[in-house]
Amino acid sequence: MTVIPARSELPTQVSGSRSVGWWGLICLLLNEVVLFASLIASYLYIRFNSTAWPPLGVPKPELILPAIMTVILLSSSVFMHLAQRGIQRGDQSRLRIGLLIAFGLAVIFLALQVYEYMHSDVLPKDNTYGSLFFAITGIHGIHVLLAVLMNGYLQLRARLGHFSARRLQGVENVVLYWHFVDAVWILIVLSLYVSPYF
Amino acid sequence: MATIADKRLTDIWGESSSLWRTLATVDHKTIGVRYMVTAFLFFIVGGIEALLLRIQLGSAESTFLSPDVYNQLFTMHGTTMIFFFATPMLFGFGNFLVPLMLGSRDMAFPRLNAFGYWVFLFSGLFMYSSFLIGAAPNGGWFAYVPLTSLQYSPGPNLDFWGLGLIFLSIASIGGAANFIVSILKMRAPGMSINRMPLFIWALLVTAFAVIFAIPPLTVANIFLVLERGFGFRFFESQYGGNPLLWQHLFWIFGHPDVYIIFLPAVGIVSEVVQVFSRRVVVGYTLLATAVVVTVIIAFGVWVHHMFAVGISPMASDLFSLASVVIGIPAGVQIFAWLATILTGKPRFQLPLMWVAGFIFVFVIGGLSGVMFPAASFDQQVTDSYFVVAHFHYVLFGGAVFPIFAGFYYWFPKIVGRMLNKRIGWWNFWLTFIGFNLTFFPMHIVGLLGMPRRVYTYQGGLGWDTINLISTIGSFVLAVGILLFIVNLIYSLNKGEKAGDNPWDAATLEWATTSPPEPYNFKTIPTIYSRVPLWDQKSHPNDESSNPDPTDPYQRETLVTSLLDAQPESRLIMPEASIIPLVLALVLVLVFAGLLIHVLWMTGIGVAVSLIVVGWWLWPTRQEAEAAAS
Repeated sequence: MTVIPARSELPTQVSGSRSVGWWGLICLLLNEVVLFASLIASYLYIRFNSTAWPPLGVPKPELILPAIMTVILLSSSVFMHLAQRGIQRGDQSRLRIGLLIAFGLAVIFLALQVYEYMHSDVLPKDNTYGSLFFAITGIHGIHVLLAVLMNGYLQLRARLGHFSARRLQGVENVVLYWHFVDAVWILIVLSLYVSPYF
Repeated sequence: MATIADKRLTDIWGESSSLWRTLATVDHKTIGVRYMVTAFLFFIVGGIEALLLRIQLGSAESTFLSPDVYNQLFTMHGTTMIFFFATPMLFGFGNFLVPLMLGSRDMAFPRLNAFGYWVFLFSGLFMYSSFLIGAAPNGGWFAYVPLTSLQYSPGPNLDFWGLGLIFLSIASIGGAANFIVSILKMRAPGMSINRMPLFIWALLVTAFAVIFAIPPLTVANIFLVLERGFGFRFFESQYGGNPLLWQHLFWIFGHPDVYIIFLPAVGIVSEVVQVFSRRVVVGYTLLATAVVVTVIIAFGVWVHHMFAVGISPMASDLFSLASVVIGIPAGVQIFAWLATILTGKPRFQLPLMWVAGFIFVFVIGGLSGVMFPAASFDQQVTDSYFVVAHFHYVLFGGAVFPIFAGFYYWFPKIVGRMLNKRIGWWNFWLTFIGFNLTFFPMHIVGLLGMPRRVYTYQGGLGWDTINLISTIGSFVLAVGILLFIVNLIYSLNKGEKAGDNPWDAATLEWATTSPPEPYNFKTIPTIYSRVPLWDQKSHPNDESSNPDPTDPYQRETLVTSLLDAQPESRLIMPEASIIPLVLALVLVLVFAGLLIHVLWMTGIGVAVSLIVVGWWLWPTRQEAEAAAS
């Protein structure tokens, strides 16, 4: 039986799966999951239809730099998580510090990616291996950049006091997006950097 | 008193018709109608392209069109009908109807809704602007590489195509997300998930299919744009690429897309069959399940478009099997509708006539459809007119007939007047006869060996008469469609007044006025069954004592729980805003820059669009007040 509560019992500030914004983000992320699945499936399709992988004359991918990048990106997720925990308890400074550190780590990640591109053994025009490498890591890098911009936007709004323990849907959504982008990176490392060794 | 209350509601929810409101509206009904009108205009354009093609093919060795123009026209005919007519038209129905059928005041994200429309419009204009420089896309609607690679298609034609579709995908994803969230969270109290109208079920499933199907197409198009414009190598075998990668990505999108077009049409059919058979639809659970099952299997059949390219026999067998199995839920639906009609008290008015036409045509299309999974048969007829005949039977039959049923059924709700019956009768029969006259002979000419996509053919091959019949049929069909436009114009002004519920229908959109007021419902209703308006007749004394928990004098609506639709929270709705239009315009700049390789233009566009998104997401005054209180 449907019970209709009084208007005063119905909040306007809700978070998590009760809010429509959270569901909107889930739809967007589902779409992104399929996007990266299509990219990685394309990589594997080309790889398993090739005789040599990487192609002759191209060395296997360097592993040390991506390992460092992985550590940096994953630790940024920890700080995003701490920022969210902070604001859930109404702690504004934890929110701001967590966001700031995660912001810095992601910027370092992007700088290392640029460094990696500049010293790459292979270019997109050389072969499909190079094209897939740049396309997939590049599209992921754009996602990291977007996450960084969202983080900056949150910092601005946090400074203006837009968030509280009751009003944190914006923070939640960016944190969820951040974790997603990091999780995708793990799949990319496994497919693009590690799998050529097997 | 009522009038004072009405006026106050209109003040809060209404949008006067000034220029500002024209550009800034977020009312789902206005946006829905815009979607439908724009999609219909694309339907007319795509239809004119088809008529030109039929004139060219009406006689052997005709010189009416040059080969290049022919290629552009058949490519844009397919692209327009699939991407700019069918899906947006059904999104239009969805936008108009979803909040009304759910008993809500608007969609979950009204500004995203407005943005989706502008992106759809601008991406269509973007692609059609290619005609201005005589370089419309010309690689067929599935744009196979290597034909579409830079080496064989050096002009900008395919860049318009690839970029235009990436642009359009933004609207599709936003629209689908909006449908999913609205349907899951904005239903009226008591409309548990097993009480949703079947049209809503169909749209929910379709929206999920859009979310899962569009990304492979986008990836394929990103690859194509990068390869053509920026020196990447994905499809060229001398660089280690593979042209079949395009085909796989395209059809992983392309086959589910057939169902993205077909399933909302199925939803329309279920609604019309129920109302015009004057009984509750037979097999509600089976019909809803059939839609879900269809879309899941739809993601596992794409290789049947590729039987002729040399796939391994094992893969061919698996995809054959899946392609046969997907016929089962279609059969279940057909029998459920027939059972509803046969056990009801059917009124053969125009909406049901279109549905009957749909069933007839779609079953023929289904019969040729179950032939293709036999890979050996498929290899004989692939790329022939037999295929063209088949997919027009399933797409025109499966989508356009139900769309016309939807026009005749919901026009009174949208406009407040009935469409004219006499013109409607001619509209139906000329379309039905013209359609069959155009496309049935294509089965025969296809079996006789005529390939698709040839701009002409030699006389004396036994194809001449059949092609002439098709061409005559296409003009009969065109007159049929033209009569609909006549009916539209006539009925807009002179149609019989409709009243709230002219068909004695059961679902919530008929509980409000025709056309609905900007606020949809004076109070948000509470639901006790799948056929709320028929309950009121059978239990006239069960007046709902449940009050509407939202304040209609605030711009707010109700959010309910996912399965049981118990009220959970109130959602503050945004007011009209120019931001969606601005953002869509900035995106035009981004894609135009990519098209003409002026990357600083794209860069500026991206930067500005990010600022606009920041502006969009900034809390509005009402949100800030609600948060402070």
